[in-house]
Parts: sequence; structure tokens; C-alpha cells
Amino acid sequence: MNLFQKVLLASAVVAAPISAVAQEAATLDQKVNEAFATTTGPFVNLIFAPFPGTSFPWIVMWLVVGATVFSIYFGFVQFRFFGHAVRLVKGDYSDPNDAGEVSHFQALTTALSGTVGLGNIAGVAVAVGIGGPGATFWMILAGLLGMASKFTECTLAVKYRNEYPDGTVSGGPMYYMKKGFAELGLPGGGFLAIMFSVFCILGALGGGNMFQANQAHAQIEGIVGEFPGWITGLVFAGVVFAVIVGGIKSIARVTEKIVPFMGILYVGASLVIILMNYDLIGWAFGQIFAGAFTGLGIAGGFVGALIQGFKRAAFSNEAGVGSAAIAHAAVRTKEPITEGFVSLLEPLIDTVVICTMTALVITISGQLLIDETTGNYILNEAGTAIATIGDTSGVALTSAAFGSAISWFPYVLAIAVVLFAFSTMISWSYYGLKAWTYLFGEGKGAELVFKVMFCVFIVIGAAANLGPVIDFSDAAIFSMAVVNIFALYFMMKLVRRELNSYAARLKSGEIKAYTH
Amino acid sequence: MTTTLVVGLDGHASGERALKHATRLAELIGDCELVVAYIIEWSPFSFQTAEENEARHKRREEETQTAFSRVVNPAVESMSGSGIKVRGVVRHGDVSDALIAISAQENAEQIIVARTSEGGFAKRLFGSSTSNLVMSSPVPVTVVS
Repeated sequence: MNLFQKVLLASAVVAAPISAVAQEAATLDQKVNEAFATTTGPFVNLIFAPFPGTSFPWIVMWLVVGATVFSIYFGFVQFRFFGHAVRLVKGDYSDPNDAGEVSHFQALTTALSGTVGLGNIAGVAVAVGIGGPGATFWMILAGLLGMASKFTECTLAVKYRNEYPDGTVSGGPMYYMKKGFAELGLPGGGFLAIMFSVFCILGALGGGNMFQANQAHAQIEGIVGEFPGWITGLVFAGVVFAVIVGGIKSIARVTEKIVPFMGILYVGASLVIILMNYDLIGWAFGQIFAGAFTGLGIAGGFVGALIQGFKRAAFSNEAGVGSAAIAHAAVRTKEPITEGFVSLLEPLIDTVVICTMTALVITISGQLLIDETTGNYILNEAGTAIATIGDTSGVALTSAAFGSAISWFPYVLAIAVVLFAFSTMISWSYYGLKAWTYLFGEGKGAELVFKVMFCVFIVIGAAANLGPVIDFSDAAIFSMAVVNIFALYFMMKLVRRELNSYAARLKSGEIKAYTH
Repeated sequence: MTTTLVVGLDGHASGERALKHATRLAELIGDCELVVAYIIEWSPFSFQTAEENEARHKRREEETQTAFSRVVNPAVESMSGSGIKVRGVVRHGDVSDALIAISAQENAEQIIVARTSEGGFAKRLFGSSTSNLVMSSPVPVTVVS
């Protein structure tokens, strides 16, 4: 046996177990995926059931009607008090003696770090990839209307939060449902709170966890090549475990500081690409408007664009879902409604600004294939989505769109996606935990059970395919909105009372700005 | 009429030097009250996690208590027997803004602080609290070296 043969033999001996492990890994991923799709199927089908005889899911209508009702009921508060909201965030109305408490700015940015993330990058790509650029129009509309939903839920979250003797606070839809219904003399508040908490836990595990892990893995794979999803899952789970169980706050703190800059960098890069193609801006908006009402050849026509736009907007800004209300509840203010005003900026920043940027970049990049003769989009072989260069979807489509203009940007995007995914997971682990402790009490043991479960789901999410994960994530998050918006209809008069009183005092000069 | 002087403490030797100088001034003035202030550096525009927000009120109380027990109260006690009126104040915020706000509230004649030895990159970039205070205070500022 010569040296070459020896080396060959040695490498075969080493390689055999590795390839066996790789094969096992592939089958493990498949098994996780199959088991997951089968278990969650019925729940997903129920939430996305279409109206009889149509293909229009009832849940989309539920969200849009809710947001429209709140917009009209509060006289389009999102526009009337927009300037006031900005001044509140700037701290113009903050009492200097309250310095050191959670400021409006901090509550807003904390809530934003939970919502700005993959919904804006991957979710928009899914919407535009399936619903065409026209989906953007409906997304923006949903964002503008959603501002009123957010306003309603966040006002209530501060008004009915629990303040404990040790000075800590707990708030969110479960608390306002229980206390608010009791105040109104209505039955069922406790039941709604329990339902909401159950769905919130599912939402935390779905959209706030598995979807994030899944898309972070897809992004890493896009850079380093294919490898089993559970490896990414384990790494993520390890880091999240270190933060939420190990209490290594420094990791979370570093992320909280990097994420806003990543957000700014993302918007900046989008603007650069859009400005580089300034001659296409008019055309892109033309595609958005034309596609919104005709569909431009996409599957399901303009209804398809509308469904995708509304769905992804709700998934991205979470207006009406009730999650951000948990984050906003921590602010210290004498006027709960001020937090409502501040929170209405969230869908604006998240959806109307950031999501639109992504959609414009994808549209301008030319990644979506157009039939030159008809001007319509070409569908993929399955006929479910628009054909793209390189057959990409989700975060890979966004990455390709950015990469076509700035070749190195996919690497920055990959880092941004991983960080966004991580910060969203940390935020949602908190939302899920609040729901969990509402159900099972605030004890170390109960908290640990949830936290460990949360980490296990990260691995499942990273290993499963995008299809079943995105379906379950949507279904779980939207089921929160079912309960939340239902409760908000009964409680919106409590918010109007606050709004009228505050508006009158603001007008009379009783509420004054501390700085001008 | 009582003259009020605001003294900025920093928990270090430099704060003690400022207090010593203020005491000397108070003795010369006669009818004088010292307001010794400790400012906990804090910005409403920092980024925080949901968990930090949840416990913020509690943490704020703890920070205030710690500042009183470690810095302000010992300073006030060190003045007992001197015959000069002394009061302690703890605030959160930007050091120079907060000292200016206290001096306005107390109708103070001047602010006395000491030059700190801290330096480095951040100081070069943003300027020190002391120089910010000197630049923007509407009342005279004495900087003790």
C-alpha cells in the first residue's frame, strides 16, 4: 500500500461516519418537518378557512374590519394626533421629576425591536413574491389602519396593568381583558384572558420563534452552503438559553444596541438602492398601484395581492395582535393614553416605512420575472408564486434583490437577519413568558418550563421547511388577534373616554409641554 | 436673604474637593445653604429590553437609595457641626442639564463642581459634563481643580 492509498483509506474511514451523520441529519430534518406539518395542519386550516364559496380567508377580513372600525371610532386618531405622538417620544411632555423611569422613547423602541425584523425582510418578500408588487399597496393601507388598533390596545395595556409592591409591572391584553370586562360589568373577561394567553404562547413559539429560526437558517445557508437546520437551531437555542435562563443580560443588551443601528443601516441601504435607480421609482409605484387592483397576472388576481398584503402587514407590525401591548405596558405615565399615541407610530415605522422599502427594492431589482409581451408577471411551475431569478423566495429573494445592486450587501443582510431574529426571539420569549405566568403563576419553576420549551422550538423551527412553519406562525399570531380584537370592541369606549378627556385638557392648556 | 449654592458630587475625591470649596465660600458668605447633588447618568433615549423596562421603576428607586446612602448622606453628615445648612438631592439625567435644573429650582447663586480626571476618547468626542455645564449654565459655575 503506497502513501496515496493509505491517505485514501484513512480519509474513507474518517468520511464514512461523517456521511452517515449527514444522512441521519437529513432524515431528522425531514422527520421533524413531516411531524410538524401533520400536527399543526388542522389548527392552520381553521384559522385560514376561507369564506364559503370564496378563497378569501375570514381572518384577513377580521383584522381589516377591526382596524377600520377603530380608525373610524376614534376619528382617525392616527392622523389627528400624529404630531403629538412625535412630541411625546421626543420627551416634550415628560415631567423632569420622572427622569429615570421608562420613557416613551424606550417603550417604543423596545416594542419596535420585537416587531421590526424578519417580517420586514422575509415576510415582505413572501408577500411580493406571491401577491406581486400590488401587495405593497394593501400592506401600506393595512399599516395605516393598523395604527388605530395599536393605539387602542396599548392605551388599555397601560391603564389596566398590574403594579406589584416591589415596583415591577406586568401588563398586556390578558390583564386588560380581565380587569376591563369586570369594570364594564361584562362576563367572560377571565375566559378571554386565558384564551389569549394560550394563543400568545403559541404565537411566541411560532412567529416569535420558529419562523425566526427558520429564516435565520435559510440566510446562513445562503452564505455558507447547505447544512442541516438543527445545527443552526442548536446554536440559536444555546444563545437564547444563555440569555433567558442563564440571565446573561450582556448578550441581550448588546443586541438591543446593535439592532436599531442595523435597522437604520437597512433603511439606508434601501434608500441608496432606490435612489441609484431613481428612473425606476415611478415605474415601481406604477406596478404597485396597477398590481393592487389587477394583480398583474399573479395567482388569485387582485384578491391574491390584497390577502398577501394584509396578511404580511399584520404579521410584521402585529397591530391588533396584542403582543406589543405587553411591551408598552411598562412605561411610567400618569396618562395611559399617551402610550397609545406613541404606539401608533409603530405600524408607521414598521410597515409604511420599512416594509415599503423592502418591497420597492425587490420590485426595482427585477428579480420578479415579467412577460415582456403582456407586462404581467410569470408564475413558477407550480403556479403558486411569481417566478424569480434563481427561484428564490422569502429572505433569499430580498437578499438577491439587494445583492443585485450592492454585491456585498447580502453579507450585511445575513448578519442583520441573524440579529433581528435573535432580538425578536428575546422579545417574544418575554411576551410568551408573560402569558405563561398569567396562566401558571409567577414562579421560578413554571418560568423555567416555558423557557426550556421555547429553546426546544427554536431547533424544530430551524429544521422544518418554510411552508409549514410560516403557516403555523401566521395561524398562531392571528389567533391572538381573534381574541384581542373581539375584546377591544367591548372596551374601545373606555379608550374613547380617555381620549376625549385628554384632548379636552390638551386644548384647554391643562396639559402643558415641559419643553417647547 | 439666604444664599443657595449647588454642589455637584461624583462619589470620588473630586466631589469632596468641590464640597470643601463650597464650605469655605459658605463660611465667607454667612447666611448660606448648600444643596449637595448627585446625578445618576441616565438617558431617556437609550435602548432597553422589555425585562429592563418592567423592573425600571424598582431599579430607579434602588439607584436613588444607593446614591443617598453611599454619596449624598455621608457628605451631608460630614457637614454636621459646621453650622452650615446642607440638603441632599439625587436626580437621574444628564449631569449638566440636571445640575442646571436644580440650580434653577433652588434659585441658586452658583454651581460648584470639581474637574474630574476622567478622559479618553468619549470625552474628546462629546466633551465632559463639566465643560458642558460651564458652556450652558445660566448661573456662574466654579470649577475646582
